[in-house]
Amino acid sequence: MSELSGWGRFPGHKTQLSAPRSEGAITARVAEGRAIARGNGRAYGDSAVGARQTVSMRHFNHMLSFDAETGVLVAEAGVILGDVISAFLPRGWFPAVTPGTKFVTLGGMIAADVHGKNHHKDGSFGNFIDWIELIGPDGTLRRCSPRSNDELFRRTIGGMGLTGVILRCAIRLRPVESAWIRQTMQPLENLDAALEAFEAADAATYSVAWIDCLSQGDRLGRSLLMLGEHATAAELSEDKVRYPFETPQKNKKTVPFDLPQGLLSQYTVRAFNALYYWKGARQSGKSLVDWDTYFYPLDAILGWNRIYGRKGFMQFQCALPLESSPEGLRALLEATSEAGAGSFLAVLKRFGEQESPFSFPMLGYTLALDFPVNAKTLALMEELDRITLDYGGRFYLAKDSRMSAETLHRSDPRAADYAAYRDSEGLRAPFQSRQSERLSL
Amino acid sequence: MTKGSVLILGATSDMAQAVARSYAALGHPLQLAARRPEALEKLKTDLELRHSVPVSLHAFDVLDTGSHPAFIETLPVLPEIAICAVGMMGEQVENEQDMAAAAQVMRSNYEGPATILALLANRFDARGSGQIVGISSVAGLRGRATNYVYGSAKAGFTAFLSGLRNRFAKRNVHVLTVLPGFVATRMTEGMDLPPRLTAEPEEVAEAIVKALNKGRNVIYVRKIWWPIMAIITSIPEAIFKKLRI
Repeated sequence: MSELSGWGRFPGHKTQLSAPRSEGAITARVAEGRAIARGNGRAYGDSAVGARQTVSMRHFNHMLSFDAETGVLVAEAGVILGDVISAFLPRGWFPAVTPGTKFVTLGGMIAADVHGKNHHKDGSFGNFIDWIELIGPDGTLRRCSPRSNDELFRRTIGGMGLTGVILRCAIRLRPVESAWIRQTMQPLENLDAALEAFEAADAATYSVAWIDCLSQGDRLGRSLLMLGEHATAAELSEDKVRYPFETPQKNKKTVPFDLPQGLLSQYTVRAFNALYYWKGARQSGKSLVDWDTYFYPLDAILGWNRIYGRKGFMQFQCALPLESSPEGLRALLEATSEAGAGSFLAVLKRFGEQESPFSFPMLGYTLALDFPVNAKTLALMEELDRITLDYGGRFYLAKDSRMSAETLHRSDPRAADYAAYRDSEGLRAPFQSRQSERLSL
Repeated sequence: MTKGSVLILGATSDMAQAVARSYAALGHPLQLAARRPEALEKLKTDLELRHSVPVSLHAFDVLDTGSHPAFIETLPVLPEIAICAVGMMGEQVENEQDMAAAAQVMRSNYEGPATILALLANRFDARGSGQIVGISSVAGLRGRATNYVYGSAKAGFTAFLSGLRNRFAKRNVHVLTVLPGFVATRMTEGMDLPPRLTAEPEEVAEAIVKALNKGRNVIYVRKIWWPIMAIITSIPEAIFKKLRI
């Protein structure tokens, strides 16, 4: 038995962790019951901590084939997204959808049906999957796709690993002409301005806003909106166009130890937020940014989850329907700034349409905040849960570490439907994470 | 400039695969040799996809020393770097009673690896260039009751590498001895190893690449093994024989 947690390092649970090397060994783990597959441990909470068995997929990390005509990559579920980029960006291909870190596995991306800065245009990762092969409760390997086993396919995307162990998949990459992003940065003085700017930027491929969640009053929700487009070869300067897929090597920094708790106090976070806003405002306008800096700014600091100290941190991420977003977001930001529990990394993003059995995104807006773990922030998150429920929103399970089953089921009627499906297919006993147990899934 | 080919013997092991990934990432063509090369098909495809380097697979039986000269002839080109990751720990208790099993461990860790590396070294010398890496073990630095059959074979291998290095010191053939210490691999799975002393296979691979670039002779992977082994090798035998370590 070992103590295991997610990226937020909270909560920790005892679980039987193993790293099988064969399909047979995975089946043997699953047969012991209450198992969940684990990728690179980037879900924040207990999504990938097995109620009994945790099956690490790190030995299933092979790329199996690539079609240079269509951009379809077939790979094992434990392949890390960053390795896909390293291998195929130099050949002109980029993930069609990417979350904010490249240290996730393909299996994890499917299970959480991750979204990126282009959700309003392209939807979630699930839109770019040709097929999935997964190991079911009895150990049989099944391939599912929109054409065969389509219900299993749809429920596996965003199903948090609770339909089986995802073993292999075929995903579609997108062609790009360079490794550069044309970024446009707009400082926006409050929430209304930010929402207006998002709506006006509907045509942009990528859009995301960093939001200062400690500002109050007229400045509540002041943000920096970052729009992006893949730069075409014609848009590159002469020195860059010669090697359009080469970008400067970045120095990786590592957080070597747990920073003291309380270092990220109201005051330091306030100072950081103010500084970040003014720095961004000074750099407003257009610039050319390399892919790593644009998509994965935090990946440059390895082990950044240690800045919150030994007790760990939690992330809150909800989605609100379009019509209730302005009021709902205002209420969420007011509660956060009143509590003075400023989040270091607060992100606002517009979602497009999405219809799926259990995936997180919905037409509207999503807000992500993170907090160190303490009594005050735990209470604040309860409050944020209530506000989200009041405005008809729902929660991102890849980020959740503490929500109650009641909150989930009140926010999302699909949860009961998913649980019923799991019962009818005999999936509940073999596949259980700590999270699915907590949330009665 | 095209980079020199890297031959990896015993390529199915975790350490060997990590080394293969490191050299493929640096753009070196690979020759992967193992008793069952078909087990390496998936790795070959993966490395070719990720790094666009040619990877060839070769059947190689370290115990069939008579076949070693012919094996070298089957390689597409005489490699610039040859890395021997062949090894077999066996069960000490079994090795104490069953001499056939003990002999198998001795031959797998010493006779076989030494034979193939000697043949390669001669060819490297005739060509005038080449680098040889032998993955040996700290277990070879002093015999202990818990694994002396394995340890003695590794001791022989370490001495053989040292002799090769000495012989070629003034020629353009370099020999690197690697004493990895504990490594989290299939071989040690399920053992209760102290985390501070236990390297990941990727660390071993990085250490090898770095050490070859610098022309190092003998390396540990985690530095902490140097003082540990300095102490273990300096304990007087009269005391050592009574210890259980």
